[in-house]
Amino acid sequence: MYAFDIERPTTLADAVKLLAASDEHQALGGGQTLIPTLKQRLAMPETLVSLTAIDELKGICQDDAGRICIGAATTHDEVVKGAGDYPGLAALAGQIGDPAVRNRGTIGGSLANNDPSACYPAAALGSGATIVTNKREIAADDYFQGMFTTALDEGEIITEVKFPVPQKAAYMKFEQPASRFALVGAFVAQYADGVRVAITGASEEGVFRWSEAEAALGANFSPDAIEDLTLSGDGMIADLHGSGDYRANLVAVMTKRAVAAAG
Amino acid sequence: MPKDGGIGASSKRREDARFLTGIGNYTDDINLHGQAYVHFLRSDVAHGKINGIDTSTAESMPGVIRIFTGKDFETAGSIPCGWQVTDRFGEVMKEPRHPILAEGKVRHVGDPIAAIVAETREQARDAAEAIELDIEDLPAVIDMKAALEDGSTKVHDDLSDNLCFDWGFVEENKQAVDDAIKSAAHVTTLELVNNRLVPNAMEPRVAVGDFNRGTGEHTLYTTSQNPHVIRLLMGAFVLNIPEHKLRVVAPDVGGGFGSKIYHYAEEAFCTYAARELNRPVKWTCTRSEAFLSDAQARDHVTKIELALDADNNFTAVRTETYANMGAYLSTFAPSIPTWLHGTLMAGNYKTPLVYVNVKAVFTNTVPVDAYRGAGRPEATYQLERVIDKAARELGVDPIALRRQNFITEFPYATPVAVEYDSGDFNRLMDKLEANADFDGFAARRAENEKTGKLRGLGINCFIEACGIAPSHLVGQLGARAGLYESATVRVNATGGITVMTGSHSHGQGHETVFPQVVADMIGIDESMIEIEHGDTANTPMGMGTYGSRSIAVGGSAMVRATEKIINKARKIAAHLMEAAEADIELKDGQFTVAGTDKSVAWGDVTLAAYVPHNYPLEDIEPGLEETAFYDPNNFTYPAGAYACEVEVDPETGRVTIERFTTADDFGNVVNPMIVDGQVHGGLAQGIGQALLENCSYDENGQLLSASYMDYAMPRADDMPFFTVDHSNGTPCAHNPLGVKGCGEAGAIGSCPTVINAVVDAVQSGGINLDHIDMPVTPGRVWQAIQSAK
Repeated sequence: MYAFDIERPTTLADAVKLLAASDEHQALGGGQTLIPTLKQRLAMPETLVSLTAIDELKGICQDDAGRICIGAATTHDEVVKGAGDYPGLAALAGQIGDPAVRNRGTIGGSLANNDPSACYPAAALGSGATIVTNKREIAADDYFQGMFTTALDEGEIITEVKFPVPQKAAYMKFEQPASRFALVGAFVAQYADGVRVAITGASEEGVFRWSEAEAALGANFSPDAIEDLTLSGDGMIADLHGSGDYRANLVAVMTKRAVAAAG
Repeated sequence: MPKDGGIGASSKRREDARFLTGIGNYTDDINLHGQAYVHFLRSDVAHGKINGIDTSTAESMPGVIRIFTGKDFETAGSIPCGWQVTDRFGEVMKEPRHPILAEGKVRHVGDPIAAIVAETREQARDAAEAIELDIEDLPAVIDMKAALEDGSTKVHDDLSDNLCFDWGFVEENKQAVDDAIKSAAHVTTLELVNNRLVPNAMEPRVAVGDFNRGTGEHTLYTTSQNPHVIRLLMGAFVLNIPEHKLRVVAPDVGGGFGSKIYHYAEEAFCTYAARELNRPVKWTCTRSEAFLSDAQARDHVTKIELALDADNNFTAVRTETYANMGAYLSTFAPSIPTWLHGTLMAGNYKTPLVYVNVKAVFTNTVPVDAYRGAGRPEATYQLERVIDKAARELGVDPIALRRQNFITEFPYATPVAVEYDSGDFNRLMDKLEANADFDGFAARRAENEKTGKLRGLGINCFIEACGIAPSHLVGQLGARAGLYESATVRVNATGGITVMTGSHSHGQGHETVFPQVVADMIGIDESMIEIEHGDTANTPMGMGTYGSRSIAVGGSAMVRATEKIINKARKIAAHLMEAAEADIELKDGQFTVAGTDKSVAWGDVTLAAYVPHNYPLEDIEPGLEETAFYDPNNFTYPAGAYACEVEVDPETGRVTIERFTTADDFGNVVNPMIVDGQVHGGLAQGIGQALLENCSYDENGQLLSASYMDYAMPRADDMPFFTVDHSNGTPCAHNPLGVKGCGEAGAIGSCPTVINAVVDAVQSGGINLDHIDMPVTPGRVWQAIQSAK
């Protein structure tokens, strides 16, 4: 780790001001990615601006439209315990990392980082969530722009994530044996106006919607409806843990299982 | 009825109280006054020529005390190799220089280039980043077979090629084996890879060097399984410090699995730099660094052939193995694929002819050395996989095929130079059949099939050579050391006992088990006995802990020393009771005169030894302290029969272990609870190798699995509940406790058991898959199923 200063603002306005003050200032959520990166000396921010002391970024509530609204600095564990009105989402949060990770990691941090194997991007995209920042609201369909890439501008802070609650949803995660990140994770949600299927872990482009499966499941929400659907391994991540073809296979298998689990 | 003390009792591990409450004393807990810190700048390329190292900027950075490079160690010795193998043609192995810091070339990612000593760790690390390296990339030698091709780049320019040795065993049998295979009724052939592993002890390596200007004494605190060996290797061969001026201390050690046997460059550096700088110098390895600098494990590529006659009797075994040595020869590296591997290729079977060929190869990778099992897992894996394949090809029951070929009479001289002293393989298999519920397997398989899963049953038998080792024998085999063990038993005036042993626990529980033996012999409470180990200043010269040797060899030395104590104490007791020595009996800590009610207590005798007012001074010396060195006259031969049931999900390739049952022969058992724990740990490591762990380099020699993000360590939830049994031991015939050692069995026996089960499961789905290499990760299993379909 290189030496750095740390600021712990208690208001969003102060955090925004601190981040705008210098290109060398870096926002810190729960630190589950950034701190290991710092320990390996792979980043050298002058100042970390911690977002976890800002009360207005924390907590879970329901808005007038019935959406579950989660403050960006809310930990995974708080979502497990507090998002009971959206059980599919709470269950997904409970599969992230281990208890230590879930007690520190935050939804805002995870979505801002947009790791291609993280769980939350699948939930946000699969729910058609709205990512609220200090400047604007961004639809999930516009937010995820590839591995570790999002629509966020420099210094822009996620403040809240709003999830429309589906009729049914489930997340099925196939774990990479070492990291236990998603080798492939499939999030399936059935809404009145259609089905959304979001896949994490598989694509070189990061989280994506599997539109063929969405169409088939929209007509018939059952595993049989997608029995014969396949994906190409082209463009899928290939590494020590599996080929592109293997990941493409897992996408189909995990999606089917998610549909079955959603009931 | 379980005993409540002594041999055979499941005494609770007394050391755990301090380990589990954070008050142990590990090497990193040692901080000396005025201590400086060293950071090693390591190569980030696998192979390169060093054209220049510019340290000028770095030297002027804050806190920097001094920067060392290879030039500072040109007159120092090479990090030595403790074993010399002689090849098929009578030539000794190639033994390149292994410098403390790279000289002229870097040979693997992680090879240390410069050592920066500074006031703080961070300052040393900052300065390392300011060192300018001019390194010219050279092609990396990674694949073993390519490394042996004509014209391959050489890892060591001063050697003729990358072949360390080409070993044949038993060379005189080669023709007979070839002939037997040619004329066999059936030959089963299998090619397989024994995957490279990273040892990953929980405690990373640490070294603290210290120098006393007043006395000229050097002290090295280090994470070692064998401090006396480090003192000898480093003092005599690297730094030229005589033993009486060098003390090596290994305090509590948090796991080793072999990786803390070896003498490493960092230890020599800290010892040397402490004298040069007249300050203690400390190095603490990070986990990332451990992946690049701890000696790695296994990495064999093998072709094995098993010949059978028309009645399915094994007639010959022939193997050809490529064994990766890495870039340099680690301390015991050459012995692993040879004497700890070839000698076990007869396995549990009366195969009359065996020929083992091993080509050891230098590559641009981290050095490879012993790791839990060390050569014996590699031998067992090949043999038990090929037997399983043969059973399938011949359509015979794999247990029946094994039973038919079991060695049944002991002692048994194998065709590969060792003599098994004892064993009963059929009894182990009987026990396994009873405990593993083979009868219920079909129903369990049917249950799995209802949900689209495949269930497989794998069987394995193994034998290992432990209790390492008879010095006269290993000397003939190329060992440059003796492999005896030592113990001093010091009885204190009031009857308490301190045992100083050359064995050294790195988690095994010696502090609990060794007192059980002494307590049993004298008939006193275990709490009266304490173990001292790990410090060359207060323990007799001993060879340390590896090869499941501590209780078999170190325990035997302790028994011999305790026998001497008892003999002397009987003389004292005879004097005190004015009786003949021959009439003195010792029971429950009381000396009695046979046939009388006269007695003296243990404490009365020990007090008399140190307060010799009424004492036979004309016959014996005062005091009660004895030392014994024990050199075994054979290896010990633990054996086992294991069964594993796996479930394979054909859609994802995921393998889960549903049941695992063991029947082990460890001879006599001193502490059944600790033996259970040793078996559990060994199984977890073997299952880790079979399912999860894979040290993988790309073609440029970059380590792809360089952290826990990609290197999959086994976790508790990867394991089933184990059913272990070691009640059917046949006592070792040649050591006083009748013990064989249990530390490595689980790791040796589990890999083939798991893979046999996985192949059985996949076959049950109508998929003709002969073999799948470890680790059987979901991706690999799925791919193998697709390819076989």
